[in-house]
Amino acid sequence: MNQPANDKKDISIVCFSGEFDKLLAAYTIATGAAATNRNVTMFFTFWGLNALKKERGRKPIGKDFLSRVFNWLMGGRNNLPLSRLNFGGASPKLMSGMMKKSNVAQLDELMDAATALGIRHFACEMSMHILGVSKDDLIDDVKEVVGVATFLNESENAHIIFI
Amino acid sequence: MKHFLDITKETCPMTFVKVKLQLAKMDSGEQLEVLLNEGEPLENVPRSCEEQGYKVLSIEPLDNSQHLILIQK
Repeated sequence: MNQPANDKKDISIVCFSGEFDKLLAAYTIATGAAATNRNVTMFFTFWGLNALKKERGRKPIGKDFLSRVFNWLMGGRNNLPLSRLNFGGASPKLMSGMMKKSNVAQLDELMDAATALGIRHFACEMSMHILGVSKDDLIDDVKEVVGVATFLNESENAHIIFI
Repeated sequence: MKHFLDITKETCPMTFVKVKLQLAKMDSGEQLEVLLNEGEPLENVPRSCEEQGYKVLSIEPLDNSQHLILIQK
């Protein structure tokens, strides 16, 4: 779906945190904004990149030893911790169960909706370089790997939200 | 052709996300009947549809705080 052309202010979300609940908040705002006719851009940097990895579990991706260890430790979408009361990774699973029970959209469902709504996903060139993550390691939603200048240019008339 | 969508079991933001995605799949001139709850969905779904240039033909209150709205793409 193409994003709308109207006079509503665009929304740009910087997804810095790779935490389950914060990404849930980011995708809730993003999909809600897109569904109510706003252009939405999401810029993933540092820990936020973990949510976009094709490999959802732990995989030692990267060129050198340190980045491979780092990426294995961080893992992918299945390993996102809760920002509070994580209890060694048990809480995200418990929270997913609670969300399902309350009929609240799961992260996968929101990410699929973001794709269907045509939300733009940018990945941060600099943090990908540090973490040894390449564009091929990321899901197809990521159309561009950009720097902060491009992100800011593309967000010139947008509300920028940092999560 | 008339389509039907029940979003009474959905919560924010999937209420208006589902309506938007359903309308995107439909051809111009087709109608969509949406069953929704009062409050946030009732306030925002019709407004969001009108913003996209679709016509809200009717909003019918039902017994149990639910509403049936008819939208034409």
